[in-house]
Parts: sequence; structure tokens; C-alpha cells
Amino acid sequence: MNIVVCVKQTPDTAATVTVEDGKVSWGDAPLVLNPWDEFAVEEALRLKEAHGGEVTAISLGSEGATEALKQALAMGCDKAILVSDPNFSGLDSLQVSRVLAEAVKKVGEVDLLFFGRASVDSDTGITGSQVARRLGWPALTLVAAIKAIDPGAKTISVERMLEEGRQLVSGPIPAVMSVVKEINEPRYPSFMGIRKASKAEIPVWSGGDIGLTETLESAVTWPEVFAPPKIETQCEFVEGDTPVEIATKLVDRLVEEKVI
Amino acid sequence: MTQNILVYIDHFQGSPSSASWEAVGAAKTLAGELGASVTAIVVGAGVEAIAKEAITYGADSGVVADHAEFAEFRPEPYADALSKIAAEADVLLFPTSGRTRELAAMVAVDLDTGISPDVVAMEIDGGAVLSTRPIYAGKLLSKVITREKRPQILTLRSRAFPKPDPDDSRSGDVSSADIAPGEILTKVDGYSEAETGVSLSDAAVIVSGGRGVSNNPSLTPPDDITDEKEQEVWRAQAGFKLIGELAETLNAAVGASRAAVDAGYIPYVNQVGQTGKVVSPDLYIAAGISGAIQHLAGMRTAKTIVAINKDGEAPIFKLARFGIVGDLFEIVPALTQALREKLDK
Repeated sequence: MNIVVCVKQTPDTAATVTVEDGKVSWGDAPLVLNPWDEFAVEEALRLKEAHGGEVTAISLGSEGATEALKQALAMGCDKAILVSDPNFSGLDSLQVSRVLAEAVKKVGEVDLLFFGRASVDSDTGITGSQVARRLGWPALTLVAAIKAIDPGAKTISVERMLEEGRQLVSGPIPAVMSVVKEINEPRYPSFMGIRKASKAEIPVWSGGDIGLTETLESAVTWPEVFAPPKIETQCEFVEGDTPVEIATKLVDRLVEEKVI
Repeated sequence: MTQNILVYIDHFQGSPSSASWEAVGAAKTLAGELGASVTAIVVGAGVEAIAKEAITYGADSGVVADHAEFAEFRPEPYADALSKIAAEADVLLFPTSGRTRELAAMVAVDLDTGISPDVVAMEIDGGAVLSTRPIYAGKLLSKVITREKRPQILTLRSRAFPKPDPDDSRSGDVSSADIAPGEILTKVDGYSEAETGVSLSDAAVIVSGGRGVSNNPSLTPPDDITDEKEQEVWRAQAGFKLIGELAETLNAAVGASRAAVDAGYIPYVNQVGQTGKVVSPDLYIAAGISGAIQHLAGMRTAKTIVAINKDGEAPIFKLARFGIVGDLFEIVPALTQALREKLDK
């Protein structure tokens, strides 16, 4: 199977994120493979181990933004490609999906295209569906388990996690999938994997390489980013001699304040 | 020219979501400022009544794409239909759900326009909708605007906008968009057991447990559980039973910290935080949760936070309106009892 995983480089989720001069800053926190994408990489690797083939990680990013790709390689991906062009910086999802769709087409005959459920920075969770729409492939989002896959018959059946419960869906491949945390437990990169990744030459595809040389205009702009107003709370500690007394006092206060 | 606001009504097999009515209410507010009309759009099978219901919540009219093949939601055929209906709209609003996230994304591609998901606030700026949405799991907020392209597509976060009261005296036309789905690639084979209890995203009250839920030394696991890790999980599950009882009394959803989920105490669907669900209930009760930044990012916008923790210095108390420093295994059952008496249950 020929599998592609789209990954993104994001600040570590433990980072303290602030706004400095109107721009997002995460101090000196490390950049990592978007945590949601780890599940996508892991699932791609498991499919490859079961059915053979190749896993390629693709990331759209600025020049030298290879941390996420190196992590994907260290986990076991066969290839990594950085899609980078001065013309591609600061794009909205409408244009990001266009760039990724063109990059996937350049990879060639792809059976499955994986995404994490969202990125932990912009938090939109829409890119996978948009790329699917552009490619004309079915979008199987929020997948919690692959129940069956038949690379010969080109069919797949998955379990998706919806608000209402788990939905079983089947369809043809190629398909785009976004995966949720319940699908697997991502592996840690092996020592050999890390060594291999650190030496890997990661090819860079420019706009010209994927046939996108015109100026890409985002539909969306972001006039302002700001920290949410500080929540000014003075914690009122409820005390008493027994749990029953404390609980009763709290309930009375919640009723007084019209919380319940 | 009068602007045209469309609201997509999200439903699961014919049951509209409460967040859809919130979106209708938000559309009506925008319409007032823009001098626009609000049209509710429903795609499905036998959904005319849903469009009529949307009118009672404030829509001026309704359009339905009604077809037997639309009975089960699939994003592709729904997007085909919606992109036809919304091609001339100025604003297209959705309530946010797993379904609408993919649907709105696809319609944005079809109509070559911008999208702002998970919107928590809207204002008018130069005739366009300037939205505010959380990024970095709510650690920051970003303003987003689609200046030139139309329609402007926004999905509104559940509980961020007030749900209007329905007014049965309202009336409006419901017309039918004659759209038949083309070939549908995917097939819904069924549903496995639905998640039980109140859903986190819609819940007005949430009771959450953290790592501390396993720290009840007075409980002795049964003899056949000898593994230390399994004993810990057994204790935690006994602890979550107390959390569940309190939740049930308040008709609340059960939440959990990432630490509790990672330790295997409770399924991931219950996780609140940056890598779980971001929630905004009226009341959030945190028991045995110290308040890692990861968790706080997911619940900080709750209106009232009650924290129960052994450690009076725990960061969760900085966000809490009410705090109890004590043993959750004593406090939580006492609270359940006190509430039952108060609420007469």
C-alpha cells in the first residue's frame, strides 16, 4: 500500500503560549510533531507492517521546518517531504488544502491519506476534509478503528467516533482519514530510527515542483490575536467540621449565587 | 442589497441539535445588525418539520433538501446539496459538531471561500462578520474575517451563543430545493453502542475527576486483583462511581483530566482539556484535579468552577469560584446527598 501522512510542526502542548507584538510566541518551548499526528503516523505504519508498501510523511512549512518530519521518520516512515515555498507562508485552510492536495498528487498512486484530527495550534480540524474534497476521495474523519481493509478490492471499513456513538462506515480507497486518540498508542522512535532520521536528507518541494506557481490568496485573514481576559476569581474556600457540613454549606452558596 | 444569512440545521437521523437553535439565535442577532434575513437549511429525509421548528426559533424561512438517500448523513452528498443552496448566500452559519466540521470544510472548498470554525463571538466589521475563535485550546483567541469571498462560513461553538426561546406563533415559508444526491461513495453500516450519559459538549453541568480519584486507601480491591496497576485502576473506577453519582444528581456529564485518562481510569471520550474536549458549562466541579495547564485550557471558560482537592495550593483553586480543601471520597458523596435533599431527588 502506498500511504501518505500529512503532518504539522507545532509547539509542545506544555508550552506557555503568549502574544508578543501581536504575534503568537511560545518562548523557547520545543517544536514537535503535532501530537494528534502521532496517531496518524502510527496507524499508517501499522497498515504498512500488515500489508506491505511505503509510508511517506508530508509537511507544509517554512524553510527548515523539518522537526515533525524527522520525528515521523524516526517512528518509521520511509520518506519525508517538506513542501515549502515563500509563496506558501501564512495560508488559510482553503489554500493549505490546495497545496497539500497537489503534493499528494505528485506522490503518485496513493491508497490512503492520513491526518491527525486537528493541529494543537490552530485547532481547526478541517484540513483533511478539504483535501479529500479537492481530491474527490471520501473523507473518513474521526476514525477510532480500522475494522477491515482490502488493498486488492480497494475497500475499507472503519469505526468513527461521533457525539452520538461509534459509527461504522465502509467505502472505497483511495480515501482520506483523520484519526482520533483511541485508534492506537503511538510508538516511541527507536534509537536506530532517531539516528536514521537525523542523517536523512529531506527533499523540499517548491510551488514549481507541484504546479502551483501563481499567487495563492487566502480567503481568511486574522486581524488580531490576543490573550483571553484574565479570569478574576477570588476562590471562596468552604470550610466546616464534617464533610456533611461542608457539602451543605457549598450547596447553600451555589443556590444563593443562582448557580443551581 | 439585503444580505442573506443561511443557517444549517444539524440533526442526527432527524433529531435536531440544541446547538442548531443557538445558531439560529445568533443568526437573528447578526440579521438585526446587517438588516438581513435568516433562512434555515435542512438536508435529510422527511425533515420539513425541522425547518418549521427553526422558524419558531427565529428563522424567517426555511429551505429543505429532502430525499430518502439523505436519511443517513454523509459529508459528500450533503456538501453537494448545501453548496448549491448556499452559492449566493452572504453568510453561512453552522452549529459545530463532528458532522458540520467536515460539511462546512467541504462547502468552503466548493464555493472557494473562507471558513472560521469553533466561533465563540461575532461582530460586524465593514459589513462582514468578524469572528473570534480559540486557538491553542483556548490559551489564546484569534479574530478571523473573510473580507472578500462569499459566503462567509462560520461554525459556532456549542453553548457560546444563547439558545432562544421558541415562539410557536412565528410563521414563514418552507420551500423545497429539488436536489437529488449523485453517487454516494460511502455506506453507513450501523452504530455500535452509543456513548452513555450526557454529552460533554452540550452539558450545562460537568463533574470531572482526576488522578486523585484513585487515591482512596480505605478501599481494598478484591483478592483476585493482585497486579498493582490493576488495583489502582480498580480504586479509580470506584472513585469515578462517586463522581458519576454526583453527576447523575445534577443531570451532568462526567469529565476527566488527561492524567486520569492516560492512567486508564476512564475512556478518552470523557477527557476535558487541550487534547480532549474544550467545554464551557455553567457549572464545572473538579474533584481530585490539580489543574495542569492542559486541563485548564479545556474548562477555563466555565461560568462557575468548584474545586475539591486535598492540596490547598493546587493551581485549580486559582480559577475556582468555590474551593474545598479535603478528601474527595468524603466530600463528593456528602455533596451528592446534600444536593439530593436540596433538589428533592
